[in-house]
Amino acid sequence: MAENTARKGGNLPPLELYVPEPRYRPGDLVDYSHLPVPPAGQLSRPDENCPASDTWPMTTDMIRVLDEEDQAVGPWNPGLDPETLRRMLRNMALTRAFDDRMYRGQRQGKTSFYMKCTGEEAISVAHAQALAQDDMVFPTYRQQGVLISRGYPLVEMVNQIYSNRGDALKGRQLPIMYSSRDYGFFTISGNLATQFPQAVGWAMASAIKGDTRIASAFVGEGSSAEGDFHAAMTFAAVYNAPVVLNVVNNQWAISSFSGFAGAERTTFAARAVGYGIAGLRVDGNDALAVYAASQWAVDRARANQGPTLIEHFTYRAEGHSTSDDPSAYRSAQEREEWPLGDPIMRLKKHLIALGEWSEEQQDAMDRELVEHVKAATKEAEKNGVLGHGLHHPFHTMFEDVFEELPWHLEEQAAQAIRERQIKWPEWKEEGDV
Amino acid sequence: MSEKNPMNMPETLTDAPAREMNMIEAINDALDIMMERDPDIVILGEDVGYFGGVFRATAGLQKKFGRNRVFDSPINECGIIGAAVGMAAYGLRPVPEIQFADYIYPSLDQLISEAARMRYRSAGQFTAPITVRSPFGGGIFGGQTHSQSPEALFTHVAGIKTVIPATPYDAKGLLIAAIEDNDPVIVFEPKRIYNGPFDGYYDKPSRTWKGHPGGLVPEGYYRTPLGKARIVREGSALTVLAYGTMIHVAEAVLAEKGVDAEIIDLRTLVPLDIETVEKSVEKTGKCLVIHEATRTSGFGAELVTLVQERCFYHLEAPVERVTGFDTPYPHSLEWAYFPGPVRIGEAVDRLLKD
Repeated sequence: MAENTARKGGNLPPLELYVPEPRYRPGDLVDYSHLPVPPAGQLSRPDENCPASDTWPMTTDMIRVLDEEDQAVGPWNPGLDPETLRRMLRNMALTRAFDDRMYRGQRQGKTSFYMKCTGEEAISVAHAQALAQDDMVFPTYRQQGVLISRGYPLVEMVNQIYSNRGDALKGRQLPIMYSSRDYGFFTISGNLATQFPQAVGWAMASAIKGDTRIASAFVGEGSSAEGDFHAAMTFAAVYNAPVVLNVVNNQWAISSFSGFAGAERTTFAARAVGYGIAGLRVDGNDALAVYAASQWAVDRARANQGPTLIEHFTYRAEGHSTSDDPSAYRSAQEREEWPLGDPIMRLKKHLIALGEWSEEQQDAMDRELVEHVKAATKEAEKNGVLGHGLHHPFHTMFEDVFEELPWHLEEQAAQAIRERQIKWPEWKEEGDV
Repeated sequence: MSEKNPMNMPETLTDAPAREMNMIEAINDALDIMMERDPDIVILGEDVGYFGGVFRATAGLQKKFGRNRVFDSPINECGIIGAAVGMAAYGLRPVPEIQFADYIYPSLDQLISEAARMRYRSAGQFTAPITVRSPFGGGIFGGQTHSQSPEALFTHVAGIKTVIPATPYDAKGLLIAAIEDNDPVIVFEPKRIYNGPFDGYYDKPSRTWKGHPGGLVPEGYYRTPLGKARIVREGSALTVLAYGTMIHVAEAVLAEKGVDAEIIDLRTLVPLDIETVEKSVEKTGKCLVIHEATRTSGFGAELVTLVQERCFYHLEAPVERVTGFDTPYPHSLEWAYFPGPVRIGEAVDRLLKD
């Protein structure tokens, strides 16, 4: 082999592997001038019953409603009344206040893990606003805003995060992996994108039964690379399923920038084109645009016109989770320079511009929300925090693996309880003999 | 074999009219009966609709129940099971078909991390009452991608039940019980015995189910309970633990050798009928475990361990394990791979040598 070093292929250029690299790393100055941010209000709004292909020009553009003067403009302006706008603002602010408190709770050792959705509040909250209360959402771990919008009790959320004896999920799930059938919030999986084909299946079932409820699924841009995404898109297209498929493009999947999901080649919304379904790309930091695009897709699905893929273009302002340190891989300036701004500030300024809100009201609301969250955490702490013994009884560990406990799990449960009795002889639990 | 009740039929059904069926007909009958009884049952999978499946298990069902309840799917097992999980979360009772067990791997995340964990992770808010049907096993010259026996991958997963019938009678009864079960169940159908009880002698004429007691299938609804083994043949010389095709191979080999073996068809691997296993091994003192799947970490390893843990002081010889080899399923040397009469015969001789 040593003699034969001449490359086969003669004069052909050597092949080169391309490995994407983000523009900015820690310490780099950030300049987003390459990033096209079209003016608000310029895109036309097709009818919800239009052929899917009418939406395809919008998959490489961006639906924006709030302009530089904080006015809602253009055909996508949903014309929401001030009461609804204030409710959305409040739910977004509550989501942020909750995140801040829970993040601190994790740092104080009250739980193992937390994930904030800072900068992405408009997506969950405005989308939830466009859904019916009984439509089923198949969320990722950054859709806490859906639960908050639907009025799910904060104390239930905190119980889950603390994995305490009040946790409706019996301390089995990682913090923030909520589940609430009653609030149309599907159990969150830590395995990414699995919920995407499930949402399509749920929507197919709703159609099989002649129901009127639709499904809405979320995935991050990073996990749109999973095979499940392709499965969901194919099934949604084939069966014309009444489902909204949301890609939250927050630019970062832990330390991998969106280029590792293909963002350098085309947009995520443009994936819709290859499947022949409707696609919209929306400014994810513009609550009105998110609402308008969501409402369009929801109406389309409910009218038996099939699925829509929505790309919500946004920025993950914080780390991936409490276990992550984004300063190790990206420039801190990105957050400050992000050209689409802060979704809460933008909606607040719009309401003020309408004469329907003021800075004073905002400050008062923020103070109230902090107290509201604090009260919920105090209440939940009565049920314990992680690692302080106030968890569900040992036997519950073996329940719900199956509907009924088979003999091998009964034997293993007896073993676990015996171990507990040896280690902590004084400890008595419900059901002990 | 009990004279009164040869197939351990539920007593109430001993008078039910029965007719001879092969295993495919019995499966089709079970699906037909259950779809009639429960409007929430839907069937999806590759080629299952108009065509009725490559093995014809769903033949006629789309015509009878409509395209909304029996439909073809894209060639995407992740999507088939993922959609089934979502349908089940809605409240349906999907019965997806995975065309060959060898194709089930793209759906593993949806089965292992999703279907199997749904009840647990949501504390019962969401469940996944899905019955996955999939033909498995070799002996049909299917090569390495149409012959595998992946049951041990699923018995290893907390939250999934694994069921394998060995007769048309049980194929129908177990499938009905699986569909009615509120947990995800995988039913592996031994495709080598779809048409007849293969005895391992590939070079002899094959038989049909005609005349076999397990091919006599009662009309209408009945269930073979999950988690209950069937004593195929009572005996005292040794206990055979097997399932699927290997039941018939074991029966033939032991009959030929004139060994008074007790043959137990496990029928459900998880949850296992440990009581029947223990009782038999305590009686015979010898145990032979047989499966067609590869050897290392196969379900036989679990069976041998359980017998050792629970019946050690009754054992008169080391437990024997007869399995397929740790190779992919070969095409031309299929019968060299298959745990046939020679391999089983040797193990029986070792067990009975004193």
